[in-house]
Amino acid sequence: MAELLQIKSQVKEFQQEYVDKNSYAEENRQKENQAATRIQSWFRACKVRAYLSHLHKQAVIIQKIWRGFTARARFRQMVKAAYFIMKMNFYEEMAVRIQRRWRGFFVRKYIHNFYARKSYLEGVSQKNELVRQELDELEELQKRERDCLEMVKEQTAKVYQAYRLHHLLSTKQCPGVFNSPFRPAPHEMEQLLRQVKYQAPTRLAHRGRSCLLGMPGPAAPSFPGTPGSPWIKNTRTCSSSRPILHPIACKKEQSQFREPGEVWEQHLHCPDLTLRLQTSHTHLEEAQKQLRQQEGTGSMLHHLSHSRSSFTHPAYAKSFR
Amino acid sequence: MSQRQIIQVFEQYQKARMQFVQTVADLASRPQNIEILHNAGVMSMLRPLMLDVVPSIQQTAALALGRLADHSDDLAEAVVKEDILPQLVHSLSLQNRFYKKAAAFVLRAVAKHSPELSQSVVASGGVDALVLCLEEFDPGVKEAAAWALGYIARHNALLAQSVVDAGAVPLLVMCLLEPELALKRIAASTLSDISKHTPELAQTVVDNGAIAHLAQMILNPDAKLKRQVFSALSQISKHSVSLAELVIEAEIFPAAVACLRDPDEYVKKNVTTLMREVVQHTPELSQVIVNCGGMAAVIDYLGNCSGNLRLPGIMMLGYVAAHSENLAMAVILSKGVPQLALCLSEESDHTMKAATVWSIGQIGHHTPEHAKAVATANLLPKLLELYMDASSSEDLQAKCKKALKSILQKCTYLPGLEPLLYDAPSNILKHVVCQFSKVLPHDSKARRLFVTSGGLKKVQEIQAEPGSPLQEHINAINSCFPEEIVRYYSPGYSEVLLERLENYQPA
Repeated sequence: MAELLQIKSQVKEFQQEYVDKNSYAEENRQKENQAATRIQSWFRACKVRAYLSHLHKQAVIIQKIWRGFTARARFRQMVKAAYFIMKMNFYEEMAVRIQRRWRGFFVRKYIHNFYARKSYLEGVSQKNELVRQELDELEELQKRERDCLEMVKEQTAKVYQAYRLHHLLSTKQCPGVFNSPFRPAPHEMEQLLRQVKYQAPTRLAHRGRSCLLGMPGPAAPSFPGTPGSPWIKNTRTCSSSRPILHPIACKKEQSQFREPGEVWEQHLHCPDLTLRLQTSHTHLEEAQKQLRQQEGTGSMLHHLSHSRSSFTHPAYAKSFR
Repeated sequence: MSQRQIIQVFEQYQKARMQFVQTVADLASRPQNIEILHNAGVMSMLRPLMLDVVPSIQQTAALALGRLADHSDDLAEAVVKEDILPQLVHSLSLQNRFYKKAAAFVLRAVAKHSPELSQSVVASGGVDALVLCLEEFDPGVKEAAAWALGYIARHNALLAQSVVDAGAVPLLVMCLLEPELALKRIAASTLSDISKHTPELAQTVVDNGAIAHLAQMILNPDAKLKRQVFSALSQISKHSVSLAELVIEAEIFPAAVACLRDPDEYVKKNVTTLMREVVQHTPELSQVIVNCGGMAAVIDYLGNCSGNLRLPGIMMLGYVAAHSENLAMAVILSKGVPQLALCLSEESDHTMKAATVWSIGQIGHHTPEHAKAVATANLLPKLLELYMDASSSEDLQAKCKKALKSILQKCTYLPGLEPLLYDAPSNILKHVVCQFSKVLPHDSKARRLFVTSGGLKKVQEIQAEPGSPLQEHINAINSCFPEEIVRYYSPGYSEVLLERLENYQPA
């Protein structure tokens, strides 16, 4: 029993101890749990950290190698590119030199050719000189022509006046208006009057007056030109550009007269009048005989042609009867 | 009364009418009678006589009417108002050639005064009737019809178009081939009047082959014909490059230059006008004319004539020089600049002066060589004078300014620039000073000359705002010279020296 009481008192103590221990453990459980968690976490962290740093180191190694590889590749590429660019620059520079030379040459030779421009301008000056000279000559020529025409007009007017004033010519008895005795020499009009040939005005003088230069008086053959005129005696032989036809209504001018003796002779001269014919009076029969002979040999046409020709003969023969 | 007596009455009346109409026609040929005739109511008297039975009375009445209408536009309007036109037009197709001539004369006399009157002629069908007349045989009728058409077409493009629409142009070109000189003249003048308005009209004229025929008539001895031919060719070529090229291809050019020595002054003027119209389009066309020696001929022509006749020549030189610098050099070598200087000094009309100034500007603005040629002819002071002159017209002043500016920007001929330092206003002065500042740094002789001729002194006297381009140029010039010289020439230096003298204490 004592042991039971002891155990019972121990039970109480035991229970109490148990409860105390439980409560003590209960109290410390939290703390110890936390502590354990902490230690575990820290340890795990260390583990992980070590693992991570290991991983990092490995990664670094990989990246280092990779980067070196790519950088070297890139560098090789860059070197190639730089080399290429250097070459291109060199080529371009050389090309620029060539182009520069070429463009300078081309522009100087073809586009802004100094010598061509110089020679062009010289050519222009020379051409101008030439043209000026030629124009001067042309003008001179034209002026001379005009003056000449003027003079011709004046002269024809004067001659016409002289022709109209022919009656003012001085005679042996009485000096004319233009030949005054007080003058040292006769007036030029006087000379003209002396030269002008007077023509009795015919019906055609009216027409002649209106177109003086074109159609001269009825008798003169042509209008010669400057000093000559139809009225001036001495110029007859000059040629004209236009053939002047004789006016139709004029009397036919008689050609040179024959000597009176010739005409008398013609009147008195008797031709050889005989009773004989110039041909024989059997001429007709002989001719016909000839024809008939030829007729036998020839054709119809031949005969016809001969018969036609034979017709002429009777007429011929008849004329002397 | 017997038949004979009755008929005698009629004959007397006819004689009276004839006499009246002939007297009126004679009186109408003198201008002083026309007012009196108009107040006496001649228009209403003549109108029934135009319907008269006797053809010679009709013709003389038409002639009198034409002379009256020719004289003044009131009478021409009276002709229109009295409704004579439709009847004239109607009888144009029926009557004989003398009447046609007289009727065409009336239409011409009416149409010449104003576009409205021409429009009324067109409205009454006159153009078609006149074109029918152009197909007649008689050259007098053709001439009168062509003349009337020319006066109608002269006024404006619409009327010219109506003439062309009636089919006149081929007939006119055929008239050019006729042997009568008067007809050729009138046909050429009408073609010129038609083609002057628009390029399409000119193209129509060209399409009918007018150019070849006109080109053949260039060396004809008749002066009036040549006037009209050249006028027609210039009116055709003024519109466009292709028309001008067509005219040049007809190979008129070396031959036309000979006409520049014709005694008739209007021929010369029209040749120069033709050259101007051709030259203004492209450098190649100008080249053609320069190569055949046209430049020298025109410059000689400018020397020989005076007044308004010079204008086309001056403008031609300007157009040629405007295209490129070697053409401008060709103008200079042909002695164009002294001639233009002469023109500038001799002419007093402002439009002429403006044209001359413009031409000079076109010549001088290309390179320093050209500017030097202009400056040596002493033109720069003259241009400045014209610019400053208050009595110059605005157009002249504007052109002077433009020419001066453009020449000065290229001028490096310092003796020519110096006179301009003294009188020029500031906007011109800055260009002058700019040129000095460009040349002086490089040329020592020029610097010496600049100092001795008083140019440096003048430059110091110029007052410019600091910072303006003028001041910069002045500084650039001053930096070309040693400081003592610049100070010596600066204004007021003598006072400064005297002050220093006063303050000086001898030791």
